Amino acid sequence: MDSLKDKTAIVGLGWTAFSRNSGVSVLSLAVEACKKAIDDAGLSVKEIDGVVTHNMGDSVMPQEVATCLGLPNLGYHLEYWGGGPAGCQVVINAAMTVATGMARHVVCFRALNGRSGRRLGGTGERPPTTGEAQFLIPYGWTSFVHAFAHLARRHMIEYGTTTRQMGLVAVAERRHASMNPRAMMRTPITLDDYFASRMVVEPFRLLDICLETDGGCAVVVTSAERARHLRHRPVYIMSAAIGSGPDPTPYGLHTFGWLRGSHTTLYGKYISPQLYGMAGITPEDIDVVELYDEMTIAVLVQLEDFGFCQKGEGGPFVEEGRIEIGRELPVNTHGGFISEGYLHGLNHIAEAVSQLRGDAGQRQVENAEIALCTSLGMQAGSALILRR
Amino acid sequence: MNKYKKPLPTPDLETRHYWEGCRRHELLIQRCPDCRTYRFPPLPMCPCCNSMNKEWVKVSGRGKVYSWFVVHHATHPDFAADVPYAVVLVELEEQADLRLPSNLVDCRIEDIRAGMPVEVVFEDVTPEISLPKFRPLR
Repeated sequence: MDSLKDKTAIVGLGWTAFSRNSGVSVLSLAVEACKKAIDDAGLSVKEIDGVVTHNMGDSVMPQEVATCLGLPNLGYHLEYWGGGPAGCQVVINAAMTVATGMARHVVCFRALNGRSGRRLGGTGERPPTTGEAQFLIPYGWTSFVHAFAHLARRHMIEYGTTTRQMGLVAVAERRHASMNPRAMMRTPITLDDYFASRMVVEPFRLLDICLETDGGCAVVVTSAERARHLRHRPVYIMSAAIGSGPDPTPYGLHTFGWLRGSHTTLYGKYISPQLYGMAGITPEDIDVVELYDEMTIAVLVQLEDFGFCQKGEGGPFVEEGRIEIGRELPVNTHGGFISEGYLHGLNHIAEAVSQLRGDAGQRQVENAEIALCTSLGMQAGSALILRR
Repeated sequence: MNKYKKPLPTPDLETRHYWEGCRRHELLIQRCPDCRTYRFPPLPMCPCCNSMNKEWVKVSGRGKVYSWFVVHHATHPDFAADVPYAVVLVELEEQADLRLPSNLVDCRIEDIRAGMPVEVVFEDVTPEISLPKFRPLR
């Protein structure tokens, strides 16, 4: 069986402005991001024959985007319902599509008015109390933030993790965002600022939690062979994995696995063997890491589950600035969801590609050759290892 | 009449026995009669042995606080007036990974501790629905 290793590459990146109120439609954000990514690749719109995306009832269909772009012959298209785990998953889907000859150039996008439109945190909504939500919402467990609060609490109980350590993630990400013109939050913060930010869902303060963002982000995937003739130095998809372990808990309120499974070991532990195996590398070979960070605690847990430290040592690992640019393992070099914006994972992938191309400006990680990006939705997730 | 204004559960084909038990103030948990493993939430198949047989067992209602969070800013409008409030996960004594989301009664937020022993109490919120909640075991 052929491996996906190094068969495909990410060749184009596109972003709209990230804001609290875009003032434009989601379709407008989607096509702007896609067109920019296609232009960045040095491709003509007419060469795009695949479009993939994901949504949580807040986006637009690939068919609408294809129509608006004027694609002469839309081929492969996919709209995956899902949030957290889907960012890398849709890019992996595009890579498999290209590697199997189903399409030649696939644009992957995520677009949403996540603050001015349907708010990502569900603020103001009264979600239905059907399915598993019938056991949660009547008690006031109404948001994905609440589920992650259990994860943080259990990590504190089992491993002695502290809010200070969670705060250090927020501080590092904001420092990175201060060097990122796209970032929504660019003013550096200190641990004092972190502790002064208001409690939202204990143990989380405001600065532990992702932003709500209006925006669009897109990447173009093509074959490694074609990538060598395009505008930028290709960034190859070295390996990919999707999975969850024994208790696949997909999104916010979907807690089947969450109620009975481990709260402190996530999908990363289960997909790491395939991920590192396909790439033929170990965590020590990775130069830059973009970890899905809807909450600060998720960074600590993924550092453990992807093998950068032992289980339970994510907290101590982030001390002394170790995850800042210029140090041992730069993490979330764009500022992550907590400071750049919540584009649901594609912005992490775009940042990793920027770093590997060497065009990340002030926040460039020196000699970045290999990057890890992850996408997480509770217990399920996906990940990519990219190389230049 | 003081009408209950919070969201109510919507029982369905998988869960109606659970809620019917609650109405009688009995905590019924689904169990596989073949491998004797409890499961919650209710599921059509036993994840341990794939049996589709099921039984509803009245459990002791005793357990320990496994985890909790405290909401200071509510995104759901019906809980805005309740902040701060705590939501707990209670691990029932019958099985190590058998956990119910709930609220505590007769317990201040600052007194909540991991491993705290609790027992079920039922709050009759409407004629049809009683919500199982937990209070510290003295």
